Amino acid sequence: MRRDGTAPQMSSLSLLEVRGLDLYFGTPSGGVHALRNVSLEVPAAQIVGIVGESGSGKSTLAYTVMGLLPENAEVTAGAIFFEGRNLFNMPSSARRGIRGDRLSMIFQDPMTSLNPVRSIESQMIDIQHHDRLRSRREKRARAIAMLQRVGIPDPDSRIGDYPHQFSGGMRQRICIAMALLVEPALLIADEPTTALDATLEVQIIRLLKDLQEEIGCAVLFVSHHLGAVAELCDRVAVMYAGEVVEQGTVRDIFHNPAHPYTRALLECDPGRIRKRTRTLPTIPGDVPSLLGVDGGCIFRQRCPSAFDRCRQEKPVEYRIGPEHSARCHLLSEEQKVSA
Amino acid sequence: MWLYLLKRVVLGVAVIAIAEAFLLLMIHAVPGDPAVALLGPQATPEFRAQLHQQMGLDKPLVVQIVTFFGGLLRGNLGFDVFSQRPVADVVFEQLPYTIELILVSILWAVAVAVPLGCYSAMRRNSMIDQAVGIVAVATIAIPSFVMAVSALLIFAVMLGWLPAIGAGTGFADRVIHLILPAFAMGIGWVGYISRLVRASMLEILGENHIRMARSFGLSEWRIVTGYALPLAILPTVTIIGVGIAWLLSSAVFIEVVFARPGIGALIVNAVRARNYPVVMGGALVTTFLIVTATTMSDLINAALDPRAREEL
Amino acid sequence: MATVQANRAEANGEQGPGTFLSFLRQMSKNRLGVLGALLVVLVFASAIFAPLIITHDPIRIMVGPRLAAPSLDFLLGTDQLGRDTFSRIIMGGRIPLLVAFASLGISLALGLVLGLVAGFGPRWLDNVLLLIFDTIRSFPSIIFALAVIGLLGPSVTSIIFVIATTSIPIYARVARTQTEALRNSEYIAAEQSMGAGTTRILAVHVLPNVIGPLIILVSMDVPAVIAVQAGLSFLGLGVRPPTPDWGAVLNDGYNYIKNTPWLAIAGGIPIILATLGFTFLGEALRDIFDPKLGKDL
Repeated sequence: MRRDGTAPQMSSLSLLEVRGLDLYFGTPSGGVHALRNVSLEVPAAQIVGIVGESGSGKSTLAYTVMGLLPENAEVTAGAIFFEGRNLFNMPSSARRGIRGDRLSMIFQDPMTSLNPVRSIESQMIDIQHHDRLRSRREKRARAIAMLQRVGIPDPDSRIGDYPHQFSGGMRQRICIAMALLVEPALLIADEPTTALDATLEVQIIRLLKDLQEEIGCAVLFVSHHLGAVAELCDRVAVMYAGEVVEQGTVRDIFHNPAHPYTRALLECDPGRIRKRTRTLPTIPGDVPSLLGVDGGCIFRQRCPSAFDRCRQEKPVEYRIGPEHSARCHLLSEEQKVSA
Repeated sequence: MWLYLLKRVVLGVAVIAIAEAFLLLMIHAVPGDPAVALLGPQATPEFRAQLHQQMGLDKPLVVQIVTFFGGLLRGNLGFDVFSQRPVADVVFEQLPYTIELILVSILWAVAVAVPLGCYSAMRRNSMIDQAVGIVAVATIAIPSFVMAVSALLIFAVMLGWLPAIGAGTGFADRVIHLILPAFAMGIGWVGYISRLVRASMLEILGENHIRMARSFGLSEWRIVTGYALPLAILPTVTIIGVGIAWLLSSAVFIEVVFARPGIGALIVNAVRARNYPVVMGGALVTTFLIVTATTMSDLINAALDPRAREEL
Repeated sequence: MATVQANRAEANGEQGPGTFLSFLRQMSKNRLGVLGALLVVLVFASAIFAPLIITHDPIRIMVGPRLAAPSLDFLLGTDQLGRDTFSRIIMGGRIPLLVAFASLGISLALGLVLGLVAGFGPRWLDNVLLLIFDTIRSFPSIIFALAVIGLLGPSVTSIIFVIATTSIPIYARVARTQTEALRNSEYIAAEQSMGAGTTRILAVHVLPNVIGPLIILVSMDVPAVIAVQAGLSFLGLGVRPPTPDWGAVLNDGYNYIKNTPWLAIAGGIPIILATLGFTFLGEALRDIFDPKLGKDL
């Protein structure tokens, strides 16, 4: 299945493995260290959520996996294995061959994600270009069936319409239909509900969950909405300032958060606030500048329980449970998993 | 759609009416007698009066305006002072030459400029992009008549490759006679359209739907030609529609330089000879052309852009 | 965040108008802009100091043989009337520059006033003015120019009149759009609520914001006006002979193009240099002061 040169050390490999990824964006005022030693696994047929504030690097991670980074981005360390192959060692044509076949993506803003001068029909037929066996007519029939499945009424006649003739919610359904039409092994969803209102959000999340089960693909679900992540995901990674500070199962993260940032994030989620209050809780301070190099813990300026060691030493990843780990010196009493 | 066309027709009629009324007013207001200017001071009073009558100058301004528009409604644009032929005949005899020149110029310019603009956008800031950029600005800046004289000097006089003047007879000869004028007229447009396509291409390539198309592994060629270009071409269509006025302006000079027949040369000669009915008729037809071209470009835009279709 | 800081730093750099030095620094980085500025200086200097530079009387006929080739005495040869082409070219820059600056100055002033009136005045007046602007804009300006000059006779005044008439609507429309945007802004509303009069608001708050983009637009139109003036002269509708003028020299050259190509070249080169110089300079100024301006038009 895979050649030895690219074979990772592990015996059983997840569908997607991100290992020690470092990424910089070149800007006029210097390199922005946007991803810092990021490691993440997405097992086949599971839904993994990435949560974090804006600017935490969660979308950048999604685009890195897709291979859709802007020109000023540079990966300086690490590897991404997808189906056992290192994506960074592949020629760009081979990466393009994976996109829209084994990998597909749903984007944040459905209003601008579809080409305004091409009909839904032509776009949906076009994206099946990896499929050389089916005829145009079969591809069209598959597109109509998929539109039907995602809840577009009267897809037979509406498939000829243009994007501007659909509402935002309908357009996101069309985008989901397109992304799943190619039956990917991994679907990346980058804040697919952020641009939609709350009732639509629930519908879209349910739709994603149902379709994921039907198709059996894995999903990397990027969101800042904790409720959506809790409802949809099997596993969660929490990102802060370009680092994965904690990851584990949904149960681990939501019931037994280990990192002070995760706890703060959960306290700020309006959906989880139990007490009556007049003010929404916030995490004091701002996300630190990602310019330049820094020695200590990335969260220490805003951390309520920071101590001396946090300034001097970068915390390694400590294992808390079988699938649960976090980067915080408070956990140093317990067993280390990596250095 | 129909409302849009109606608005266009109303605007067109208004533009033509105001323009022609203004010209009549100017003719009236200018000190001195156009008939004297035309015939010279030695002309006999009878001859002068006859000319006055022909040009309708013996009547009050309001009557002149009413007479002119009355005639216009019946398709009568007045008579050429010298040849006594109907102005409409004179103008429509020259019109095909100008339209032919404009169409050929703009077609070759678009055919060269669109690929050039796409290439510049895809290889942004490369040596070729920067060179094309500088040459483009230069060709836009240099006036078309200077281009025409230069082309004439180099290719016709010095190298002798192409005929210098006239429009030619027979298809092949006419094509050969079109090369230099169309080159001189189109070269500035190559620069202009290539920059326009480059700019809108760069903008479109940064849009979300292009990233979406890339996420499905479509080839760069397919994305540029099938997804970006149909959008990037839209400003060009609009500009060509609006630019018909500039094209008519350059046609005036190009036709004079290459001694081609055409509406521009007709108007210049009529102005020099103070043949006012022909000037008025020429202005009328060119205004009509401009209004038509703007409308056409809106309609083409609507055909290319489903969003614009609904605004009509 | 980091990108925000970066943007702010850039924005501070772009406050070029504030200090003349930072403007010069930005300008010196733009090589085409520097070339343009040099050409413009050359054109201006030759026009201003023309009487000191010329080698012969540009109007006197038969200072040399007819249609002579360039020589030490006649640097660019002579024309069909035996006039010195070099002297005619040097003197001939005065009229295009005069026409460009007079007509654009008038258009700028009147366009600004009409734009302010349309943007700040009553709605009906705005509509009437807009209709007039759009009507003039959709009329073929060169045909209009030919017709008017045919009637008024070729002269510098007629050309200035024609160019001003056709440019005013363009500037007025830009001024109107900017004024209207400002009129709806909160800080003008605040001024009005504090009892500031319309004249004061227009003069103190609107005018300074509207005039900047307009001046850049005007500077970018200089080459176009020079082209129109030269073109009309080329058609024999610009200046009355024997006034020296680039377009007129080019026309002489065109008439004798088969025998004496240098006359046509001598007439064409200054037009090319002037239009290129003003274009490169105008683009550089726009890039420095208002990079977004090009898109709105």
